[in-house]
Amino acid sequence: MYSEKVMDHFMHPRNMGEIENADAVGTVGNAKCGDIMRIFLKIENGIVVDAKFKTFGCGSAIATSSMATEMIIGKSIDEVLQLSNKAVAEALDGLPPQKMHCSLLAEQAVKAALKEYYEKHGLIDDSNRAIFAEAEDHEHDGE
Amino acid sequence: MAQEERKFVYLDNAATTRMRPEVLEAMLPYFTEHYGNPSSLYEVGRDAKKAVELAREKVARAIGAEPSEIVFTGSGSEADNWAIKGVAQALEKKGRHIVTSAIEHHAVLHSVEALAKRGWEVTYVPVDDQGIVDPADVERAIRPDTVLVTIMMANNEIGTVQPVDEIGRICRAKGVWFHTDAVQAAGALPIDMKMLSVDLCSFSAHKIYGPKGVGALYIRKGVRLPVFIDGGGQERKRRAGTENVPGVVGFGRAFELAASEQPANAARLTEIRDAAIARIMGGIPHVRLNGHPTKRLPGNANFSFQFIEGESLLLLLDMYGFACSSGSACTSGSLDPSHVLLAIGLVHEIAHGSLRVTFGKENGLDDIEPLFEALVKVVDRLREMSPLYDEYLKAEGKK
Repeated sequence: MYSEKVMDHFMHPRNMGEIENADAVGTVGNAKCGDIMRIFLKIENGIVVDAKFKTFGCGSAIATSSMATEMIIGKSIDEVLQLSNKAVAEALDGLPPQKMHCSLLAEQAVKAALKEYYEKHGLIDDSNRAIFAEAEDHEHDGE
Repeated sequence: MAQEERKFVYLDNAATTRMRPEVLEAMLPYFTEHYGNPSSLYEVGRDAKKAVELAREKVARAIGAEPSEIVFTGSGSEADNWAIKGVAQALEKKGRHIVTSAIEHHAVLHSVEALAKRGWEVTYVPVDDQGIVDPADVERAIRPDTVLVTIMMANNEIGTVQPVDEIGRICRAKGVWFHTDAVQAAGALPIDMKMLSVDLCSFSAHKIYGPKGVGALYIRKGVRLPVFIDGGGQERKRRAGTENVPGVVGFGRAFELAASEQPANAARLTEIRDAAIARIMGGIPHVRLNGHPTKRLPGNANFSFQFIEGESLLLLLDMYGFACSSGSACTSGSLDPSHVLLAIGLVHEIAHGSLRVTFGKENGLDDIEPLFEALVKVVDRLREMSPLYDEYLKAEGKK
């Protein structure tokens, strides 16, 4: 039921772990629903230089966390803000329909982390406010 | 991962079983040599008819019933549907209330839900934290308009064995028909309809080393159900359709063997189960056993591993060659974990981390240590990834 890419990222997750003194951390999901994703970012000069994750969840939750971190490392924060769950799912050669929410969780975890960073650095403006408002809804799910 | 040394170990015998060679052997002539339609008058037809009736006798004998009390179905689910919807239809004028439990198989739960949508009332008796129904709750739930009590003999997920003898006596005393789903119990527990106050009972062939696509419903003499499938005269005009002759023959052979081997099989599986439970509970921290420690199916063990999720647990175990099952949401196709695990009072996150291991004929004590070793690795690995485990370690001051 999973693509080979999903299985590969599940079996050999990239960037699993924590970043000590991360510049931003985002946590979404909740244990009740069976998945929690936490993304750690290291940001230097507006570039995501490192990303790591910790995830409680099913195979696709782990695979999407892994893929999302791989996709954002080396990108500017403004680019990372455009990350979509569809792009994560496509990069994994697709997810079963009932697992698409896992890719959404990965997108929201990244955005929750970025929000923290944007707020801390006074970078929130009209161009990104809507994106963060959506991320915030999911962040509250995680509490 | 050590895929090259991987050996496949099947530990999901509650899902289905591998057909026994004796069963296959019994079935084979009915695909080719004795291919006739049992309703036909000529010889190949008569051969097939005889085989079906002999299989019916075997199934009846295995449960202490009369052959006329057995009808063959296409599955255990069909038998459940027929029993429940049949009684509802037959006794509609008497009343429209059904009593069941919170931990039934979906074939039962969805059948009563279908009736509820059409105006029947349903009382779901609870189970305790080990998954056992209190017969006193059943007694209290029965009303003057109750037409059926349906409570399973043993649960498919946590293996809990229900006090169906006592529940049956209560129903009998109150004049209410009692149906029990014995799909998991067959071959595992002694079943004797002469000793039980059971009016309707569902069985399935593929859980007892027989073929898929065959089930049976025991209908006690005197219990009259409406016709289930209209058509020809098969199954005494109650379920039309040309019989699944090879399947039915296989079922008869499988049940005959299962019943004769039941005591030895139960003793052997209980030993394996208890050794597995002791090893896993003793060797892995933050694990709980779901269900009752002793009032459970001989081959069933069900655990919850804290801080991890069941589907990823199954996928990794599969990489080590172990086939098991889980009650997590991700394996049920919904966002909620198993209704059985929630009914015994597990919080969602613990229910999501469940693992069902069901031993069968082909398993032995020597499967336990490799399973344990794989589990240690898999559980450690998923906990290392888990933010919940991090939080636990921080709260305990271990990190």
